[in-house]
Amino acid sequence: MAPALQTQGLVKQFGGIIATNDVTLTVEKGARHALIGPNGAGKTTVINLLTGVLRPTAGRIVLEGRDITDLEAYKRVGLGLARTFQINQLFADLTPLETIGLAVSERMQLGRQWWRLPGSKPVVIEESVDILNRFGLTDAMNERTATLPYGKQRLLEIALAIACRPNVLLLDEPAAGVPEAERHGILDAVAALPSDVTVLLIEHDMDIVFSFADRISVLVNGELFVEGTPEEVAQDPRVKAVYLGEEAHDA
Amino acid sequence: MLTILFDGIAYGMLLFVVSCGLAVTLGLMNFVNLAHGAFAMAGGYITVILVNRLGLPFLASLPLAFAFTAIIGAVFERTLYVHVYTKSHLEQVLFTIGLVFMSVAAVDYVMGSQQQFVSIPSYLQGQINFFGVGIGRYRLLIILVCGLLTVALQFALASTRFGARLRAAVDDARVARGLGINVNAVFAITFAVGSGLAGLGGALGAEILGLDPHFPLKFLIYFLIVVTVGGTSSITGPFIASLVLGIGDVAGKYYVPQFGSFVIYTIMIVVLIWRPQGLFSRAVAK
Amino acid sequence: MSALASLPPKPLVATAAASLASRARWKPAEIAFWLATVASIFLLPSKHLILTEIAILGLFALSLDLILGYAGIVSLGHAAFFGFGAYAAGILAKYGIIKEPVLALLASGVLAAALGFVTSFLVLRGSDLTRLMVTLGVALVLREIANQLDITGGADGLQGVVMEPILGHFPFDMFGRTAYIYSLVTLFVLFLIARRIVNSPFGLSLRSIKGNPLRAAAIGIHVNGRLVTIYTIAAAYAGIAGALLTQSTQFASLSVLDFERSADVMLIVIIGGTGYLYGGLIGAVLFKLVQDYLANVNPQYWQFWLGLILVMMIMFGRVYGAIMAALIFAICTWTRLPFMQSIVFTLVVLAVLGIARPQILAVTSRITERAAAIQTRLRARLARKPAER
Ligand SMILES: Nc1ncnc2c1ncn2[C@@H]1O[C@H](COP(=O)(O)OP(=O)(O)OP(=O)(O)O)[C@@H](O)[C@H]1O
Ligand SMILES: [Mg+2]
Repeated sequence: MAPALQTQGLVKQFGGIIATNDVTLTVEKGARHALIGPNGAGKTTVINLLTGVLRPTAGRIVLEGRDITDLEAYKRVGLGLARTFQINQLFADLTPLETIGLAVSERMQLGRQWWRLPGSKPVVIEESVDILNRFGLTDAMNERTATLPYGKQRLLEIALAIACRPNVLLLDEPAAGVPEAERHGILDAVAALPSDVTVLLIEHDMDIVFSFADRISVLVNGELFVEGTPEEVAQDPRVKAVYLGEEAHDA
Repeated sequence: MLTILFDGIAYGMLLFVVSCGLAVTLGLMNFVNLAHGAFAMAGGYITVILVNRLGLPFLASLPLAFAFTAIIGAVFERTLYVHVYTKSHLEQVLFTIGLVFMSVAAVDYVMGSQQQFVSIPSYLQGQINFFGVGIGRYRLLIILVCGLLTVALQFALASTRFGARLRAAVDDARVARGLGINVNAVFAITFAVGSGLAGLGGALGAEILGLDPHFPLKFLIYFLIVVTVGGTSSITGPFIASLVLGIGDVAGKYYVPQFGSFVIYTIMIVVLIWRPQGLFSRAVAK
Repeated sequence: MSALASLPPKPLVATAAASLASRARWKPAEIAFWLATVASIFLLPSKHLILTEIAILGLFALSLDLILGYAGIVSLGHAAFFGFGAYAAGILAKYGIIKEPVLALLASGVLAAALGFVTSFLVLRGSDLTRLMVTLGVALVLREIANQLDITGGADGLQGVVMEPILGHFPFDMFGRTAYIYSLVTLFVLFLIARRIVNSPFGLSLRSIKGNPLRAAAIGIHVNGRLVTIYTIAAAYAGIAGALLTQSTQFASLSVLDFERSADVMLIVIIGGTGYLYGGLIGAVLFKLVQDYLANVNPQYWQFWLGLILVMMIMFGRVYGAIMAALIFAICTWTRLPFMQSIVFTLVVLAVLGIARPQILAVTSRITERAAAIQTRLRARLARKPAER
């Protein structure tokens, strides 16, 4: 069985900066894989490469046995690869209902229809409301997204990726910026993801990482530094050094 | 043949002197000033008034054209433009088109819609024969003045304190602010000088480009071509672009008049698509 | 995740369906708008010529709104398609290629759409600035071509266009009545289609692309494909508007490709507001009426006031800017200030307003807040009434 997602010698250069350096990574089917590393390590860049926002300078990307290195971003979504963004990327003028409905109807290949009114396909609405319901967003489903509180926007950010019904889901710091009190809502949503969905999670909060992940990759300066089970990574002295340094830095 | 080359160079240099202010404002504050040509027009009409109506010597009127337009530019910058820097490009375009419309109608009313001619003193008329090549004296003057200006500009940007600040602000306005550079003042001065240069170019070019109230619209595309093709990251880019455009346009109108301006517009589109940062800018990573 | 177990409550689904559909429902104001246009046929027989111009301009603006208001594509060269359609209709009629006007209109639309399709690839990438200049360049190239070709009549324009009766039955009359009804019907039909498009899933995807193209692609939307589609449709609309102009005036000149025409239509859409389709139509009405009025007051200098409106709208917002520009103009007119003094007066006022802008903005935003508060209170009262009954 082919792994869910694989990269081979992935490199990304921005001018002189090497943001991703020879990353060879394998994410198994159904895995709960965490990608951690200090700020600026190149985690988001890896996600951007995987999803086609950026083109790699070198290397290949394979999704469920299929080489997608040269595939356009939107086509990768059709193959079951979805993501969330570290900084919310939502449609400010659309309502959550429209936002989710859009993603659902696009997935069902109905998005090009120009003669039908939105809301005339019961399947689309039922699924949209279902997703909104699961994320506790039905109360606010007819508000403009821009007017929602940040916590709700963060939930919508994840719900929108779920609406693409991915096989592989890439979460870029889903709890970033969410106040402590609202964090559990996000974490519950992440924990409740169907188990057949492969998840690659980027997160700085080690409690979340260790309670969630069954495999952890550590990225430092664009390079894969250590990879292993949570126990292995927790005990690795090099990782400790990097993170202790980080924490000393943060404090 | 050489005469055409010579005319083209003069034309290109004019374009450069008029456009360089636009290049700097676009590069520095990311501001699209479609009304830039209006300042050139102002310079042209100021010269017409000074020379034709008040009887000032032509050469003396040139610095005055520069000074007046620079003052007008500074006033507009401080009162109006300063509010639009942070707006979107679309809004900047609409705003400056509004100014163009106002200037066109106002000048039309005040000066009349007919083309204006500056009375050029006799010692600048006619040609001198230079190794068998006929060279217009007036064009020679243009090349001299514009050439000197270009050198002075290059020097001012490369070797003065102000130039260093300007370059710092061009590179990154936020960092420059952090370094304690008064970016607003730098920009106001730059804007004024840019307008003044446009005014001077308009004064010198009234004879060659033709001066009427529709000047800002007619030459808008030329200034934009200089800036888009030349890029805004250095002054050399617009300079080369101006020369190529000037020579190309003069030669094109002479040898293949049926193509009109078709070719240069097409080149602009191609460059915009191919290298949106301009042909001569540093390569920017995508 | 068993689908059945997690089915959401029925009423919620019904509300969701209703709220999605509500955007597309016809509102009383819309119906009133179109009834008023029908009434204008009978009530304003002497104004049919200018009304035809308004209808054509409205269609042209509607076309720009489709790309600007819904897909976020800025253009300074939309006249390219208008002009292309105008010349196409003229040439089709003049050389008897397609004699029947409605067919010729459709053909012109198709031709303009083809041009739109080809040039759409130029506006896919790049910043707003690049798009503005590329579209401007395309329109200029086209104008230059029209200027050089023989078939377009060059600088003299396309003369000798003779129109057959519409559908073989309704000849164009001297008073422009047929032309007006013809233009209105065309406008209405195309409006209906546009309304359908923008309210469809396709229209929703356009709005998402305008809002955030990065995310649109990340949920599987083929962003470029959608942009090409709407750009092509908008080009067809603009081409049909241009064709209507040629057919109703039996003449086409280089002015159909002028930069001013592109700038004007942009202004119209900005005045009327983008992204709700009526903006272009309302903007066209206001624009033509103001242009007509100003051109009567001081002919030939109306561009000055037009420019002032633009400058003020950008500086102080759409509504307040227009009001302030109108006030300046009103003062100049009432005091019978000669144009020369008006120019000076306006420039001085502009400078003062510019310096005082922060204070003025503080005042206008307070007015807006107050107005919004009153509006919500009125809404609440209106909503309560039917319930009480
Ligand atoms: N578009 C870009 N152009 C130039 N440099 C970039 C670009 N995107 C990222 N970088 C650089 O690449 C490096 C890695 O950035 P990246 O955002 O991937 O880090 P990260 O691990 O996600 O950090 P964080 O934890 O802060 O989110 C940084 O040095 C960043 O400055
Ligand atoms: Mg990151």
